[in-house]
Amino acid sequence: MHKIEIQKIEKLQSIAKDIRKDVIRMTGEAGSGHPGGSLSCVEILVTLFFHIMRHDPANPEWKDRDRFLLSKGHGVPALYAVLAKCGYIDQNLLLTLRKFGSPLQGHPDKRFLPVLEASTGSLGQGLSIGVGMALAGKIDKKDHKVYVVIGDGESQEGQVWEAAMFCSFHKLDNLCAIMDYNKFQLDGAIKEILDIEPVVNKWKSFGWEVFEVNGHSFEELINAFEEAKKVKGKPQIIIAHTIKGKGVSFMEENNYFHGKAPTKEQKEEALRELGKDP
Amino acid sequence: MREWNLGKPTRQAYGETLAELGEEYPEIVVLDADLSKSTHTYIFGEKFPERFFNFGIAEANMVSAAAGLAASGKIPFCSSFACFMINKAFEQIRIGVAGSRLNVKFVASHGGISVGEDGFTQQSVEDIALMTTFPEFTIVVPADEFATKWTIRECVKHPEPVYIRTGRPRAPIIYDENTKFEWKGTKTLEKGEDVTIISYGLTLHMALDAHNKLLKKGIKSRVIDFYTIKPLDEETLLKASEETKGIVIIEEHLLNGGLGSMVARFLSDKNPCKIKTIGINDAYAESGKPDELFEKFGLTVENVVQKAEEIMSNGR
Repeated sequence: MHKIEIQKIEKLQSIAKDIRKDVIRMTGEAGSGHPGGSLSCVEILVTLFFHIMRHDPANPEWKDRDRFLLSKGHGVPALYAVLAKCGYIDQNLLLTLRKFGSPLQGHPDKRFLPVLEASTGSLGQGLSIGVGMALAGKIDKKDHKVYVVIGDGESQEGQVWEAAMFCSFHKLDNLCAIMDYNKFQLDGAIKEILDIEPVVNKWKSFGWEVFEVNGHSFEELINAFEEAKKVKGKPQIIIAHTIKGKGVSFMEENNYFHGKAPTKEQKEEALRELGKDP
Repeated sequence: MREWNLGKPTRQAYGETLAELGEEYPEIVVLDADLSKSTHTYIFGEKFPERFFNFGIAEANMVSAAAGLAASGKIPFCSSFACFMINKAFEQIRIGVAGSRLNVKFVASHGGISVGEDGFTQQSVEDIALMTTFPEFTIVVPADEFATKWTIRECVKHPEPVYIRTGRPRAPIIYDENTKFEWKGTKTLEKGEDVTIISYGLTLHMALDAHNKLLKKGIKSRVIDFYTIKPLDEETLLKASEETKGIVIIEEHLLNGGLGSMVARFLSDKNPCKIKTIGINDAYAESGKPDELFEKFGLTVENVVQKAEEIMSNGR
């Protein structure tokens, strides 16, 4: 286990809280969007952008940057909030989410926001786009890493497993996937619609190095990402067990909020819970 | 009728040219989905194994990965049969490549029914229709080995998404090493002013045969190789609609969504004229020799001649 300073963890926790508040404000203001799956991946994104990834907001086109792909594109409010917190985009843009003319499209759209690595939102494709980026890194003998966040429901897509097979066969150790395992998809519980279990064994049998963590624990996430960096000759996946709607009591494990924005009252209540800004 | 010399299949000309370009363009990477022996990308693979990726029978992964490679500054050439790469990975092209206008070259073989014996599951009669739905894609169908060679060499110079259809059988030689083409252009091969005949790919020689037959009947036809399907060469079409009595289009494609339908839509907006389309009418083909299939679906020189004469006779 890595020793991680308590101050570092507290800092990340504080950022995560801000991101959650942004997600609530953004989806509340937009009147639509996917708060549940945005809130579940907050710690994953914050760990990557504020601790793990090599990137420079002053130089977004830096060739040696680590790449980040949100394959579960509907979680993009969390990504926009993180990009704003890093300084890639103006914080004031956040409340334009999903509005006409806004660069913050309902799903990640590179045409409107070039800082995104790819347009995503049709599930199943992000890991394969990451494959192309990882291959390019190998061809060019670069050492940057490609991080791809996939959804649990998304793992029902056959293309995910095409990519899974390809990555291990081609020893793409410069690619690390993270599965946001919040246990729900649009129509309900994953285990009732099309169970993906035993998911750890599936990835292992596809030749991946698999880590299983509490996806809301910065200590566990940081440790898994650091261990993943040391893996040679194999792609890695972090199965992050998460809670859909995490952080807002009435949204947690309440799949109503998969694709429904909070009302004005719900927004205020959620923000109260998360703690008003000082 | 003129005896055509059969050259290489356009897919073979593609593979050979690509392998030549590998040296000059270190950014080129080539992706295939277990059909490299058919698409002829294997030649590049043998020469540049570190830049050749066989994705196995997994087209969706291949196409999205091509997007990732292009986003990283590579020039991916992505190949398979048209049916499999386009139809199976249609949405991957849409989201990954078209949505970001990435520099991916899709070169698919086995376009049309001239695939022949393999039957309908391998014959793409809708690739043009599907690919034209992607905004700002350039679509090219070269007619012979020389046109293919030029097309492949030229497309690398243009950082934009491109679709190129190649064919399975040996292609009648129409051009030579020195033929000049224009990127996003068309080529007028006969300059008649009575009636216009338009075609592309493996039916172009039929347009030329029809021209000769019509000439014997005193009809001077204009023959245009519409090797660029998209963007549509509007200027050439307008001139043809103004200077000749009408247009016959013959293509190895479904009538719905093919070049004929694009021409008809454009000219009905800009300068309505008589237009006759020859193609596959709402059907899939079957096993058989290419000529047998062409005959069955009306892709014949006689049919072109007849349609041209209908236009000339002022009938409807």
